[in-house]
Amino acid sequence: MATVIGPKHLMGAARMREILRRGAHICAFLGFATLAACGAPDGAVLETGGVYDPHEKANRNVHAFNLGVDKVFFRPASKGYTNLIPDPIEDSFNYFSKNLSEPGDMVNSLAQGRFKIAAISLARFVINTTIGIGGLSDPATDFGIPQTDTDFGETMAVWGIGEGAYVELPFFGPSTQRDAVGILVDFFTNPITFAVQNPLENAGVYAEILERMSDRGRYSDTVDSILYESADSYAQARLIYLQNRRFELADDDGDTYVDPYDDPFADIYEDPYAE
Amino acid sequence: MPSNTMIRRTFMGTAVAAASLSVLPVPVLALTESGARKLVDSLVADINKVIASGKSESAMIREFERIFAKYADVPIMARYALGVDGRSASASQVRAFTKAFQGYIARKYGRRFREFVGAKIEVKSARKIKSGYEIKSTAFLRGESPFEVTFLVSDKSGKSLFFNMFIEGVNMLLTERTEIGALLDQRKGNLDRLIADMGKLG
Repeated sequence: MATVIGPKHLMGAARMREILRRGAHICAFLGFATLAACGAPDGAVLETGGVYDPHEKANRNVHAFNLGVDKVFFRPASKGYTNLIPDPIEDSFNYFSKNLSEPGDMVNSLAQGRFKIAAISLARFVINTTIGIGGLSDPATDFGIPQTDTDFGETMAVWGIGEGAYVELPFFGPSTQRDAVGILVDFFTNPITFAVQNPLENAGVYAEILERMSDRGRYSDTVDSILYESADSYAQARLIYLQNRRFELADDDGDTYVDPYDDPFADIYEDPYAE
Repeated sequence: MPSNTMIRRTFMGTAVAAASLSVLPVPVLALTESGARKLVDSLVADINKVIASGKSESAMIREFERIFAKYADVPIMARYALGVDGRSASASQVRAFTKAFQGYIARKYGRRFREFVGAKIEVKSARKIKSGYEIKSTAFLRGESPFEVTFLVSDKSGKSLFFNMFIEGVNMLLTERTEIGALLDQRKGNLDRLIADMGKLG
């Protein structure tokens, strides 16, 4: 696979962009059936906020399930956690969780051909694990080393694999076929969580759960407004996830904005106050 | 009640007509990069002033509605949010919807103002896009990592106004179009009912 769709550094940027554009075709060509991330519309449709959701009915059922889990368990537990645990301790747990993900981030950055970012992840891990007392604090940021965050979903995007259909995963929430595969791969390849001689047992998993609870508790108003105050929380969550994820993964500065002044319903741009 | 609404509507119409009359004689200047940047700078300054004022939530929401009406192309935003359903709407329905939309946005986003206490927005860059200018800024919220807020500015209304906003890539107009579409579906496409209900929404 790496010989055909190699990491970014193996080819020029222009070639990379070409491959990204033809991602779907390349997928099909390679018979990447297991990834199932192929066959989705790519390009402009997606960049302008398009949604490819052929499994909407099933997804909506999962969404209803997730809402129930959130209402009965996750939301109250998260709010309790954020309110009960003093902020500095909560921050420490979040640093700890983030630190455990640095080795995985480094591997993904290497696979993406982003060597500088990989080196940053490594430096952060070394500094925060030692000076930061096992990752419970974040001196690396104080030293001016920027935070990094990546995952195997991004690696696949860099390799030119299309995002596939939208899926809502039980417990995890909004995702795409590509990102769902990414979550699985990250989970089973995390060098820390799955080290043979693992001194931390399942610390990585627990830390991740606490980090998610911290996010849910701290951004409670925002999440509540999407899940409980919108007319169609499924459609809102889907739209927000897809747009934000594409924003994270995009590194070009193209003009893909929809021009509302050009919209089919833009002919109406006469004076709305005219009688 | 209907007469009351009519009075308010007429009042708004008059007020807006008066406001637009006052800007009519000024020649329309072509929008430049620095003009677009200035618009966002002054929008941000106005918002920061309201946040710093420490007023009550309802007073802040009123202030925010005034700022939204001053800096945003509310008619085009309301139309976009209405989407295809707007095609079959009458002119007066579109007008009433636009007004309801303005209040709805002010309440929906104004209610979140307290999260912005102590926040700071810095304009980073400006560039030409086909529909006008794209102004990128960074928002610094207390205790959070900075995030990107992008404003799109156009003078196609005759005035330099912003017509869309992106927070970390999330398109405000598209989000509102999805929401308004769902609200309309809940009312079996009855626009009049939506307009009537919008006073309580947001």
